Amino acid sequence: MDYLLIQMLNGVQLGLLMFLLAAGLTLTFGIMDLVNLAHGSLYMMGAYFAWTFISWTDSFVLGALLALPAAFLLGVIVERVVARRLYARDHLDQVLATFGLILFFNELVRAVWGPDGKSIAVPGFLDRTVEVLPGLPYPAYRFAIIVVGGLVAILLAWLVARTRLGMLIRAGASNRRMIAALGVNIELLFSLVFGLGAVFAGLAGLMAAPIGSVKIGMGDDILIVAFVIIVIGGIGSIKGAFVAAMLVGQIDIVGRAFLPDFLKTFMSPTAASGAAPAISQVLVYVLMAGVLVWRPTGLFGQRS
Amino acid sequence: MSSLLASLRTPRGLITAVLLLLLAVLPLLTQAFDQRYLLSVGTRVVIWAIAAVSLNIILGYGGLVSFGHAAFFGIGGYAVGILSASGIDSGWLQWPVAILAATLWAVLIGVLSLRTRGVYFLMITLAFGQLVYYLGSGLEAYGGDDGLNIGRSRFPGLIDLRDKASFYWLCLALLCAALWFCGRLAYSRFGFVLRGARSNELRMTALGFPVFGYRLAALALSGAFGGLAGILLANEGAYVSPAMMSWVKSGDLIVIVVLGGTGALFGPLYGALAFFAVEEFLKPLLDLAHKGWGEYWQIVFGPLLVIVALYARGGIDSLLGKTDGRRHG
Repeated sequence: MDYLLIQMLNGVQLGLLMFLLAAGLTLTFGIMDLVNLAHGSLYMMGAYFAWTFISWTDSFVLGALLALPAAFLLGVIVERVVARRLYARDHLDQVLATFGLILFFNELVRAVWGPDGKSIAVPGFLDRTVEVLPGLPYPAYRFAIIVVGGLVAILLAWLVARTRLGMLIRAGASNRRMIAALGVNIELLFSLVFGLGAVFAGLAGLMAAPIGSVKIGMGDDILIVAFVIIVIGGIGSIKGAFVAAMLVGQIDIVGRAFLPDFLKTFMSPTAASGAAPAISQVLVYVLMAGVLVWRPTGLFGQRS
Repeated sequence: MSSLLASLRTPRGLITAVLLLLLAVLPLLTQAFDQRYLLSVGTRVVIWAIAAVSLNIILGYGGLVSFGHAAFFGIGGYAVGILSASGIDSGWLQWPVAILAATLWAVLIGVLSLRTRGVYFLMITLAFGQLVYYLGSGLEAYGGDDGLNIGRSRFPGLIDLRDKASFYWLCLALLCAALWFCGRLAYSRFGFVLRGARSNELRMTALGFPVFGYRLAALALSGAFGGLAGILLANEGAYVSPAMMSWVKSGDLIVIVVLGGTGALFGPLYGALAFFAVEEFLKPLLDLAHKGWGEYWQIVFGPLLVIVALYARGGIDSLLGKTDGRRHG
């Protein structure tokens, strides 16, 4: 029972990280109609920025706080130089151009930071466990991810639902030509949204770094899962992205944790532990296929 | 035949003819100049061109961006690999099974994904591609992530695939067959319906064409050719691994098709040639500018793709003069 709870918490933690990545993606997708494959590169760059700033300042928190504006700046630059020229183009051009950006960023990282992966240590004050429930210890760092991720999710919900910027974002998502005609500085709005997405992606990247590692292409595979999440949730819907991210987090982690035991009932132990991660990944895609067959525009997508 | 001769008078026809001639004598050239490495590059160019022809059917003529095409590669390759690992090394058995498997997969994902439109189609094909990728890496019995060394398919008395030149010519012959088939397809009733549905699906449906069925058939054809490319790729390296069906490979294929000219008959050939040529030329060029820079050629290649996407509509095919009806875009 405790084991199940811990795994479910891990699922929440992964889900929140995925939500951070998916939120920016679904915003750029919903408002600017841009398929941004390079969003995973922003995730990677966030982690590399954090690694550099942490080694300069010797402090995780300080490094992370410096990395976020850097990610924002990078996002704005990418938007101004490349992305804004793509909004009016068809999805094929967008795929091609942002695929080019991935190649560029991966190679840039290799040239600047070298081919080997980097590691970011868990900050000292979080290198312990907390009791989430009486008698149930849980790594403090993972718990911190849940807290930060949860706070950012609430902040984003507030931003989109309650502020003037959020109002413009929602208006932009339903009809961007109309709000441009109403005199809103749409270019600035797009830059801001893109930068915001880059900050969230960078935050996800740097928070994930101490659990995994900082390496070239770290954003590429996770990006596909983020795409799956926004497609399940419905493109442009923050709420959908949140629900789908939570679902995917649970499927992935719980699948990894419990499939091996289940598979061992009819497979050899080595084959079972080898196949389990693959099958839990496959389950995520099966979920997406199922949702799309049932609702071709996702759980919370607008009907066309 | 007369139309073939007529097309030689246009720059596009002439250049294409010269390219094909050069490709046909490539093994002789590489032997004469003792550049065996170039022959293996050439073989890969031809195989990737076949895969690009396959993607061009659904992407170019059908207008549907399939981002999971590497799965057909993988299924074709793994079918050969698994049969070969089980001791069945006759190509007469391996190849039809592999092509059938890839076609069946295409029909299966088609039934599910053709219900969606636009970017949702892109995403769902991407997801199905990843699904196959993870299935492949979960196949512990067949090497898992590390992949599987396999024996080359055997066609006793007909051709020995271990001979590099014969294998190259076989690939080239298959590419020519695929191009010929697509040329016929594009001007058949089938091709017209497919392209009509790309421009205006509603109108084609209103005219009474079963658009879904036509697209499903196009995807199945596309899958069959993709499977063929996978078979060849597996035989080229005598090796299959999940890496051959990662989504980056699907991305490379889209790059090749767009680079060559989406929906142009010979676009996939131009695109594959350019894709590999850029790599082979950029490396020494950058090394010339500064020793050691060649390693980072993708720093240049990435922005190059951005520029192609932004400014070069119609790809290489459109550089070869105005479209003269040979272009199906």
